[in-house]
Amino acid sequence: MAIFAAILGIVVASVLTSNIVFSQSVGICPLLGVSKKMDSAVGMGLAVTFVNTLASVVCFLLYKLLIVWDLEYLDILTFILVIAALVQALDIVLKKFSPTLYSALGVYLPLITTNCAIFLTVNMMVSEGYVAMGTGLGLLYTAFYAFAVGIGFLLALVLMAGVRGRDEIALIPKPFRGFPIALIAAGLIALAFSGFLGI
Amino acid sequence: MDKKAFKDTALGGLLNNPVFVLVLGICPTIAKSTNIVDAFGLGAATAVVLICSNVLISSLRKVIPDQVRLPAYIIIIAALTTLIRLFLRRFVPVLDESLGAFIPLIAVNCIILGRAEAFASKNKVGYAALDGLSMGLGFLAAICLLGGLRQLLGLAGLSVFVTPAGGFILLGLLLGLFNFLLRLYRNAQKKRAQSHSKEVR
Repeated sequence: MAIFAAILGIVVASVLTSNIVFSQSVGICPLLGVSKKMDSAVGMGLAVTFVNTLASVVCFLLYKLLIVWDLEYLDILTFILVIAALVQALDIVLKKFSPTLYSALGVYLPLITTNCAIFLTVNMMVSEGYVAMGTGLGLLYTAFYAFAVGIGFLLALVLMAGVRGRDEIALIPKPFRGFPIALIAAGLIALAFSGFLGI
Repeated sequence: MDKKAFKDTALGGLLNNPVFVLVLGICPTIAKSTNIVDAFGLGAATAVVLICSNVLISSLRKVIPDQVRLPAYIIIIAALTTLIRLFLRRFVPVLDESLGAFIPLIAVNCIILGRAEAFASKNKVGYAALDGLSMGLGFLAAICLLGGLRQLLGLAGLSVFVTPAGGFILLGLLLGLFNFLLRLYRNAQKKRAQSHSKEVR
């Protein structure tokens, strides 16, 4: 029961109170780049959630190995290689075995390799202390944490896509069209999200 | 180096400012600009990695095969980031603590990979170093401007600007302002060119 409560806490915190986009301000490039249409926002969000969960689990196990070999300082290199290799592998596997899923997520996969949201999640897994726990429990927490961060990212993209459809109709001063107004809109959503801190 | 290419590269950090014009590297710019010390630390660390990666990638541009260039760049940048983190941990532990997970994030900063792909892989070492310096200083200036403004506004009692939401909004406003100024500059330049060509005639 205690484990269940802890997992619920992790999920609520990562999706709402410390949302990766709106309260940690990470993952903004895709937020500005792929939020013009609802379809692409959902596709990108799902792809990130999927890769994030998978990459965190693999990185968790590899980091345990690095600790055994006293090579913790190689974590940046290891994590980035794991994410890049995983994205490549996923691209090949999805293309072969699940063409429907590939046609939905395939376009977004190459963009994910250097996605800061995934890289930050993997690094946070170390600094949040999940790695210091036992292998089983730590792995469970890490997987739920990474999944919840991905869902939080998906939520942010969907909210943003809802707002961005409107700024094309509105009359905006010329220098503010495009990125500036999108950033200001994101700021207003973030302001609303800071209300969750009261929970 | 001929004069025009030198001038273009050296002014790249201003006229093609990575944050305000290219809109790259926005995540660390908003996340770590709540005070000027963090902003300067992260800006300087990123600039150092950018200069080193530009020089390394430019000098290796004939060795790295075209098909595997992106993984090669990523590994070079990640290795440099590891070095700067070890350096900070040893000599400036306070900064290492307050920047936390954002030092590893230098490895996935779009500015660095962007300059590697767009500039360093096609130009000579000297130019690449100059481009890294100019773009690095452009990023440093941008993050320090935002950091200073947010800290001042926070001290003035507008604590909303210290939150991420305020960071988004302030950066949006600065981006619009920069666009406006750049437009004025370009128009003035166009007018000058026109009047100059009339005089020649």
